[in-house]
Amino acid sequence: MTTLEHAGLHHAAGAELQSVARDDSSLRRFLYGLPGVDQVGAEGRAAGLATRSIKTTAKAWAVDTAIRMVDLTTLEGADTPGKVRSLCAKAARPDPSDSTAPSVAAVCVYPDLVETAVLALRGTTVGVASVATAFPSGRASLETRLHDVRDAVAAGATEIDMVIDRGAFLAGRYLKVFDDIVATKAVCGTAHLKVILETGELATLDNVRRASWLALIAGGDFIKTSTGKVTPAATPPVALVMLEAVRDFFGVSDELRGVKLAGGIRTSKEAVRYLVMVKEVAGDAWLDPRLFRFGASSLLNDLLQQRHKLTTGDYDGPDYVTVD
Amino acid sequence: MSIFDYAPAPESRDIARLKPSYQIFVDGAFRDGSGEAIKTINPADETPLAEVTEAGPADVEDAIAAARRAFDGPWGSMPGRERGKYLFRIARAIQERGRELAVLESLDNGKPIRESRDVDIPLAAAHFFYHAGWADKLGYAGFGPSPKPIGVVGQIIPWNFPLLMAAWKIAPALACGNTVVLKPAETTPLTALVLAEIIAEADLPPGVVNVLASNKSIGQALVEHDGVDKIAFTGSTEVGKFIQRTVAGTGKHVSLELGGKAANIVFDDAPLDQAVEGIVNGIFFNQGQVCCAGSRLLVQESIADELIASLQRRLATLRVGDPLDKNTDVGAINSAAQLTKIRELTAAGEDEGATRWSPPCELPERGFWFAPTIFTGVSQAHRIAREEIFGPVLAVLTFRTPAEAIEKANNTAYGLSAGVWTEKGSRILSMASKLRAGVVWANTFNRFDPTSPFGGYKESGFGREGGRHGLGAYLDV
Repeated sequence: MTTLEHAGLHHAAGAELQSVARDDSSLRRFLYGLPGVDQVGAEGRAAGLATRSIKTTAKAWAVDTAIRMVDLTTLEGADTPGKVRSLCAKAARPDPSDSTAPSVAAVCVYPDLVETAVLALRGTTVGVASVATAFPSGRASLETRLHDVRDAVAAGATEIDMVIDRGAFLAGRYLKVFDDIVATKAVCGTAHLKVILETGELATLDNVRRASWLALIAGGDFIKTSTGKVTPAATPPVALVMLEAVRDFFGVSDELRGVKLAGGIRTSKEAVRYLVMVKEVAGDAWLDPRLFRFGASSLLNDLLQQRHKLTTGDYDGPDYVTVD
Repeated sequence: MSIFDYAPAPESRDIARLKPSYQIFVDGAFRDGSGEAIKTINPADETPLAEVTEAGPADVEDAIAAARRAFDGPWGSMPGRERGKYLFRIARAIQERGRELAVLESLDNGKPIRESRDVDIPLAAAHFFYHAGWADKLGYAGFGPSPKPIGVVGQIIPWNFPLLMAAWKIAPALACGNTVVLKPAETTPLTALVLAEIIAEADLPPGVVNVLASNKSIGQALVEHDGVDKIAFTGSTEVGKFIQRTVAGTGKHVSLELGGKAANIVFDDAPLDQAVEGIVNGIFFNQGQVCCAGSRLLVQESIADELIASLQRRLATLRVGDPLDKNTDVGAINSAAQLTKIRELTAAGEDEGATRWSPPCELPERGFWFAPTIFTGVSQAHRIAREEIFGPVLAVLTFRTPAEAIEKANNTAYGLSAGVWTEKGSRILSMASKLRAGVVWANTFNRFDPTSPFGGYKESGFGREGGRHGLGAYLDV
């Protein structure tokens, strides 16, 4: 019998796993039955993986793969259609001087700018992700949050990034968090759902593990670390625990779910280290933009500079990549 | 088929500043030993690294006489705060030459550069820094107001952590005011001889530290010599028993740090992902050539299948190969003799009916290599559960209750270390008080720090190294 079976989870399809959430106490029992996370050990493992030395061909592959995994993001109150169009042009063709540079995975904008992005990206491979559900706090009625999602989906968003109710989670009202995710998933239609856990507010790695499993069982296609509005955002130990969760979820359900790290990742070096972690913790299957993303704005430029350095041997300054 | 193959990332061997030949260090000067000139080889590919002129019996006499003169002369009368300055100087020099020492250690020993760089060398420096601080505070260590050194100390160290073991031995001996004749292991003399260079450059008075690279016969001569006041030995239990017999009745002080067969105990409420890391670190760190290695995994029966599956998945990501590649996790076995011993014991494991498993990994053709190996279905009666293998080989046993775990863990001739994995704090304390082992790690394994005493029970030896307790081994108390 496995630990997960102890916790009430038997090998089953993802939808059937939802039976652990048949009531509040059953869901709580399941989440508390998950193996604990020793923080010192998790930090040590994450630091150990960061000592891998990725050079030459491996680095070139990793930089290109990281570009293909970027959700190029702008989430400012001052965003305008012009800014978003410019971002979309960059997303589709990150390096105007080099057509071999791959496109990013998606752009990520607020719901009212989805339409602009969809128009600007027509005919490209780049997806349109929209934060919704009263991002970033999520402090609105469920009806308002779902309305937000419907707006974004109707405007053509292919991916929805929702926030969980961290207040409810920290108060132990897990079923409420679960039901919110199920309801959001239901109005997403064909759009992929990324569930933002806002790990900086969950505080402990045990909570990160519980929130990850809760979101996966509720039907999230991705679990995502952060809104980018809270510090700390994505950190190596948090990424480690979330990658373990999707790996183990696959073990019980045979369903592949993704991880998105967002906030605070600015350099190629960090991105490559995370790819090492993806490979060695989750496995090669997750080295794919369909299952792993970086939510970032300035990361892309650093990746492009590194890419230029690897292809030409020269390191260009920041004026040789576009600002957005 | 992997889609993200790490390109080779080798550390340059030039950094080791390898010389064609190395000399022994006696009475403040380097000289050719009167013994044989031998070649020390790189265990990763069996190529010769350098020639070492080994010490002979005459060198032992000279070294012990020099150590006595230094003890009776400048070193013995030097105030602690002055001794401390020398130790600080050595510590800083180890740090400054850290990269050189790390590459040299990996070349001579076969251990991955990741470990020599991140563990061996920084810890060696830390031991000198820590004991430098004690040199002028011995009166406050709990051994009386003015504890006295023992005198001339003969120190015999093993090949598994050549520089680190030299630091463990030399730093406390000097801090307490003793003088030293050190005999490094025959297969790994190089970093100890570079340490001798550092000591010479630190201007230690001649004779305070002498380094006699040599074979076993010189170790024996040290043990039997009347001019030696104390023997400190780290190595096999067999040799430890010989030393104990030899010094019996002579009045010589002795401390022995010998073998081990540590139990790493995983309860069903353990943080499993971290436990897997701890098991890997416990037995595959330094190719398992660690006296305190967690070579017996005791796992609670209710989670055994799950844990072993996780462990196997994790082992498949271990990178075995070139010790100088920065991405190597498991390097070469130190010598042909050690490899033979590991092969003999693993063959016995199969013969006795345990199930052997190794991840798929290609081993280099030349050199001394052994794939990480797990045996399941092991019983307490099997040789692989009783004898120290000193290699990357884990024996997995199961238990049902805490009492059974204690019983099995303590059912060994050894008692050096143990590990306990559980999220329950009270269980950690209760297990630690019942385990007969000198070191008990809780939710971690193979963590070392100069402030923490290390040493064994039963056939794992006696005496402590490190911490306040470790000072007692070098003071006449």
